[in-house]
Amino acid sequence: MSTRAEAAQGLRLVSPTFLYVLVMLAAPLAMVAAFSFWTQDYLIIDRTPTLDNYRAALGEPIYRTLLLRSVAISLTVTVVTVLLAFPVAYFVAFRVKRQQALWLFLITVPFWTSYLLRVFLWKVILGYNGVLNATLMGMGFTDAPLTFLLYNANAVVITLAHAWAPFAILPIFVALARIDRSLLEAAEDLGDGPFRRFTRITLPLAMPGVVAATLIVLIPTMGDYITPRLVGGTEGLMIANMIQIQFGQANNAPLGAALAVTAMVVIGTISAGIFLIGKRLGGRLT
Amino acid sequence: MTRLSSNWLAVYAIIYMIFLYAPVVLLPLFAFNDATIIALPLSGFTTAWFEQLWGNQTLRTAAINSLIVAISSAVIATLLGAFAARAAARYSFPGKTGIIGLIMLPLVLPEIIVAVALLVALSQLGLSLALWTVVVGHVLICTPFAVAILSSAFRGLDRELEEASFDLGESRWGTFRRVTFPLVLPGVISSLLICFTISLDEFIIAFFLTGTDVTLPVYIWSQLRFPARLPSVMALGTILLVLSILFLVLGEWMRRRAARRQGQDAAAGGAMTGVA
Repeated sequence: MSTRAEAAQGLRLVSPTFLYVLVMLAAPLAMVAAFSFWTQDYLIIDRTPTLDNYRAALGEPIYRTLLLRSVAISLTVTVVTVLLAFPVAYFVAFRVKRQQALWLFLITVPFWTSYLLRVFLWKVILGYNGVLNATLMGMGFTDAPLTFLLYNANAVVITLAHAWAPFAILPIFVALARIDRSLLEAAEDLGDGPFRRFTRITLPLAMPGVVAATLIVLIPTMGDYITPRLVGGTEGLMIANMIQIQFGQANNAPLGAALAVTAMVVIGTISAGIFLIGKRLGGRLT
Repeated sequence: MTRLSSNWLAVYAIIYMIFLYAPVVLLPLFAFNDATIIALPLSGFTTAWFEQLWGNQTLRTAAINSLIVAISSAVIATLLGAFAARAAARYSFPGKTGIIGLIMLPLVLPEIIVAVALLVALSQLGLSLALWTVVVGHVLICTPFAVAILSSAFRGLDRELEEASFDLGESRWGTFRRVTFPLVLPGVISSLLICFTISLDEFIIAFFLTGTDVTLPVYIWSQLRFPARLPSVMALGTILLVLSILFLVLGEWMRRRAARRQGQDAAAGGAMTGVA
């Protein structure tokens, strides 16, 4: 087949999926963007373009607070999740010999239990009369229940770090497993200790996986709805909760759209920055 | 590294696994616990919460709705995923990176954005919300998983087998039916199972896009407000957990069989590794 005929056939083949995504995702996203410049009065949409929604989203303290808090929480969740996940990925990639597939499978199983119930169970674990407090008091570590566990940003961070664990472990594992072992031996032969070998060879080469893990965790957590709603209390509410309120009870879809667009632009910019930094820090040996 | 640090790493990995499994283990514990309050200590064994589920008509309707949505989403997403995966694995065409990138976008897009976008579009078109609108959303988030799983199935396909079939006089359809399809079939089944599981568990899109017909997660959400209902919600969760694990083991087994059939390294990780 000529390249041209091949290209045509490839395009034909991908076109049903492409069309579906264009109509059901790209067009609706464009509509959200358009909506964010309109205004709504009860059920009537006024299509005169205005920046009022963005002025509110960035100017009014409640929206600004929620946006900044969402960024802070999702960044914290990402750092915690990736830091906790890295040693596990390292362990499976370098220390587990025969049962790698089993470990990877076991890591993904909790992810497949109902997200809703997992978050609810964290509420059960972290609550005043919760499992963790009962255990700590039973073992004599504390005299009274700890109260800083539930209904605040801490609870949101713990729950999300749990929910996104496999998404952080797997990309890092893939990057680590790809590292050519002879490079590590070479570093050792040339006199690098374990620490120097790790910082000079392993970490830079694992960087693409770390960056992938960071972005896979960061972007979706920015829009999480269930976790802040169930375990966050009022201190831990995030922007998605406000977006839902604007589309629901508040009946102000344009403002909700503006909040959604703002959140995505902010998190998109941060992600692009992380991607570029990761590229500079990463090794060039791959 | 030294034996000592290696041991520390293993200890850490095991503690991490306990952290991962803590909520999962609690679910069946509370489902069989003979108490209306979800707290320790456990008081006794009962299957009453499971029996309560059986007579619940709302739950039954929600379960049937969820099955309809999950099966439809899995079939459509796998079909769309197969087109995209085949095109990506076999051909090069202009705009390939952009097109495949857009198809994979829902993987990183927060689900609330997908939900809001579809809600806006549907309301602008004057369409009312129903189960099919949930399916539309679920197909969007399942397709990237289908593409990832099927891409590895199609990539492992030996192109010469298809060419041999053409040379022996098979038509394009005949080749697909007799050579290509049987070889990627385990990948297809694995994709169906994973998409089914994702759709069955999805809450936000269903919450935004469902009309009066609720799905299972939306039903569970409505029950979480009533403390008296919690034990039977735990029981329901336990049943869902067992079903998901069953489907996953089946999906993983299929995926490995596909890999083995194509002579790939079957130990190279789960379906999730393909996504990553």
